[in-house]
Amino acid sequence: MQFISDNSDLLWSAFLTTLSLAVLSGLVALVLGTVLAAMRVSPMLPLRGLATFFVETFRNTPLTVVFFFLVFGIVQLDLQFPSRFTAAVAALGLYTSAFVCEAVRSGINAVPPGQAEAARALGLGFGQTLTTVVLPQAFRTVVPPLGNVWIALAKNTSIAAGFATTELTAALQRLTNVNGNQILLVFAVIIAAYLVITLPSAWAIRVIERKVAIVR
Amino acid sequence: MSVTSAATGEPLVELSGVNKWFGELHVLQDVDLTIARGEVVVVIGPSGSGKSTLCRTINRLESIDQGRITIDGTPLPEEGKALAALRSDVGMVFQSFNLFAHKTILENVTLGPVKVRGKSKAEAEARARELLDRVGVGHQADKVPAQLSGGQQQRVAIARALAMDPKVMLFDEPTSALDPEMINEVLEVMTSLARDGMTMVVVTHEMGFARRAANRVVFMDAGRVVESSDPETFFTAPSSDRAKDFLSKILNH
Repeated sequence: MQFISDNSDLLWSAFLTTLSLAVLSGLVALVLGTVLAAMRVSPMLPLRGLATFFVETFRNTPLTVVFFFLVFGIVQLDLQFPSRFTAAVAALGLYTSAFVCEAVRSGINAVPPGQAEAARALGLGFGQTLTTVVLPQAFRTVVPPLGNVWIALAKNTSIAAGFATTELTAALQRLTNVNGNQILLVFAVIIAAYLVITLPSAWAIRVIERKVAIVR
Repeated sequence: MSVTSAATGEPLVELSGVNKWFGELHVLQDVDLTIARGEVVVVIGPSGSGKSTLCRTINRLESIDQGRITIDGTPLPEEGKALAALRSDVGMVFQSFNLFAHKTILENVTLGPVKVRGKSKAEAEARARELLDRVGVGHQADKVPAQLSGGQQQRVAIARALAMDPKVMLFDEPTSALDPEMINEVLEVMTSLARDGMTMVVVTHEMGFARRAANRVVFMDAGRVVESSDPETFFTAPSSDRAKDFLSKILNH
């Protein structure tokens, strides 16, 4: 236990880095993914095409490659993120938005078409129909799949360890390197730290799911 | 005996040369139909005759392939803001009610006036409560649709459409999804609307309603308007064989 208190600063800051990577890129992914889903169901072909291209690109590219591109690749285009942390948020956010988009889109398709028809018949435009009638109902059915996406995202933050962001997995590497006799304890601490993020999420998802359920 | 106020004769909805195909199926064939202001037109016919499709083309929930539809002199625009504006003046009641499942009864009725007409919430709610009382579900305002019976839901759907002060109301088989004992409560609301002079297009199998409230019965078969006459003539002396056959099947049991 001496070992934990000796390294508490590193462990705590690594935990906070993992948590903020997950939360920030989660927000990016939720907003961007919802916009992409709206584009993919829109009546305008160019919007649909653009969103489909974006989603297929990020969904089918390994996350590590996305990181590589955003950290090193774009330098050749004379672009650079202000920090490795923001590059990591961007990589995780863009990558995850593709999965959020597909989850939200499946939710949109699960809303009975009569709901959108009734909204259009009242004179609501495409955007109003989507935001006031379709999406609020779609989100309720996509809470479980979005929960999966969120947990995958929380674990995917570990890729940032390879790109100079000291989050939990980077802390794991560093601590095992210098404490060869404590490897099992280090693993236990790091895994517990991930569980502190993911287990309450699973519980929160179940609560949200019950709260927002709609009777039909 | 008809209870409706006399139509003024001035055309409100005009369909001319309307054709529509679903793939190979020619669902609407050269349909010409004019509905006058204040007129109640009941559209009947066997299933698959195109009567629901016809109803849905009037607010362009179904687009047409040929022909022209005008409402109050304005041709139906392409999808977009102008179409949305035009739809706001055309009330629609669906077979499956289509109340917004995530909103309360009151919110269902205020949504259109607030989002489309830009009314204040208070003003919209006052009017919504008035309309819900009129259709007899005022005490259910704070429930969600699933807590209401089918007949109650359909009456809310009528109130939701009325809240937009529509020029014309379209009813697409409004009682077909209802248990028999709930049909009358919906038909009574519709009959009172007809009596108040609302212009209505009603696709239905309720012959009693057609006799009681219609100014005109339009009989469709295989995508065509086969007959168009006042209810008395249609039910007692139909001119086409197809209509005679149809009536003999539904009236003699």
